[in-house]
Amino acid sequence: MPLFKFTRKGGLPRGPRAHSPLPWIALIALILGGVAFAFAWLAGWIGRDRMTAQSFTDAIEATGPAHPGFRRAHSKGVCVSGWFEPSKQAAQLSHAAVFAQPKVPVLGRLSIGGGNPHGADNSARVRSIALQLTSDDGQQWRMAMNSFPFLAVATPEAFYEQTRAQAPDPATGKPDPAKLAAIQAKYPSARAFSQWAKTAPWTDSWASTEFNSVNAFWFTNAQGQRRAVRWRWQPQAEARELAAAEREQADVDFLSHDLQQRLAQGPLRWNLVVSLATAQDAINDPSVPWPAEREQLLAGVLNLDAMQPQDQGRCNDLNFDPLILPDGIEGSDDPILAARSAVYSQSFNRRERERAADAAARDNQQVRP
Amino acid sequence: MNKHSGHFNLLARLLHWGMALLILSMLFIGVTMVASVHLRPGLIELHRPLGALIFVLALLRLFNRLRHAPPPLPADLPQWQAWAAKASHWLLYALMLAMPLVGWAMLSAGGYPIVLWGSLQLPALVPHSPSLYALLRNAHSLLAYLLFASVLMHVGAALFHAWVRRDGVFQAMARGPRR
Repeated sequence: MPLFKFTRKGGLPRGPRAHSPLPWIALIALILGGVAFAFAWLAGWIGRDRMTAQSFTDAIEATGPAHPGFRRAHSKGVCVSGWFEPSKQAAQLSHAAVFAQPKVPVLGRLSIGGGNPHGADNSARVRSIALQLTSDDGQQWRMAMNSFPFLAVATPEAFYEQTRAQAPDPATGKPDPAKLAAIQAKYPSARAFSQWAKTAPWTDSWASTEFNSVNAFWFTNAQGQRRAVRWRWQPQAEARELAAAEREQADVDFLSHDLQQRLAQGPLRWNLVVSLATAQDAINDPSVPWPAEREQLLAGVLNLDAMQPQDQGRCNDLNFDPLILPDGIEGSDDPILAARSAVYSQSFNRRERERAADAAARDNQQVRP
Repeated sequence: MNKHSGHFNLLARLLHWGMALLILSMLFIGVTMVASVHLRPGLIELHRPLGALIFVLALLRLFNRLRHAPPPLPADLPQWQAWAAKASHWLLYALMLAMPLVGWAMLSAGGYPIVLWGSLQLPALVPHSPSLYALLRNAHSLLAYLLFASVLMHVGAALFHAWVRRDGVFQAMARGPRR
């Protein structure tokens, strides 16, 4: 032991030579600081300009006035419920439990695009359906689908850019046309989408609207065969096209009025049509529709037989994250799918916090005289 | 009782280093999956089963800790540091157990299925309720930040013992007694 108390050159001991703690303390601070910095960066607290689920949701919120407690997108809608009956061939595509039982309870939501919960049905170009299928073993299949057959953009980065371009200019209260034009010029799929919006027929009902999963998924069957698929809900109700004049005169809530009338006559049905990809098809690009001649299978029938206003319905407090999937169905590596999952979660958290605060405020009012 | 070997027992050391890796990974997975537009799906699939694993390991660890006293702290350690060491360890135990439970309850209150792996799911712990969800969702974040801060302080203190005080406290967890 005393050996170390001598200096290397053989000089006399000068008492115990304590090591200086300062470099060690500095090293500890450096390690802790580095770990804390990495954490803060990953959390999105540093580098605010980065696209995160938070900044993406902020960009969506910035496209219109705030409507606390409502969904950030597709804010206006109604809750629906019913059941799904899978076809025999569905089980050959996927071993998901929803395809293995005769009847699967369904909760859902029919809505229109846009962030205004009181928007006019007759000016909403996009309609949408969100569904939750729950099999008897408790597994869930959630989906959120739209009336457009392909997405305007292929990547979250382009989607973010497009969303930011849609924010109203403070000077005019409207989106800057130059920014919108720049998006159209930059992305051919955005031009194709505009073309769809101009030319696709406006149908008379949610019940006669076709809804598409523009993203691809993987189905795995009991034999372990994996197929890339997209699906759509093909309406059994015959579509009647609304003429421009008729549409302009239609009530702002004509879709929910129509739905109520139709449900009084009996359940509304959609066929689940599954398209199978070939090696040529883009699995990860929702801006490119697959050719119509791809092999298609009828996987079952959706029956909706009831509706409730969304503020009283069970659909309101659900996040229809398209990546909540049962065993036997997986998301593809389509980056839009991951982004939807991330942004829906962020939007759901904000909405539920607002609804909780609102409920607390109402409770307080009731307690006070 | 025999004189203490001055080291944590083998199970305690295995659990400590294994869980250190798991918990630090979980904190980074959690904070990344909430912000990332690209990485959420893969990370959340890891987050749930790892959380369940950490909960089970934390119970085992608590059991082992209650049965086997840890080595005593050095006699010359200032009183406040000894107190901080004890308090921070119980805080770490409390958070290791609370985080998975709050996460599980939070998903239940949010109406989410709690998928561990494939078709294996946990039942809902509390009813589906926006008020409860908002509360638990905030708690899950705040407790995670508290856990992260506690882990950083713990690492800082451990390295202080190893490099500055050089008093054997770090070695008590780093290795077993020499034979």
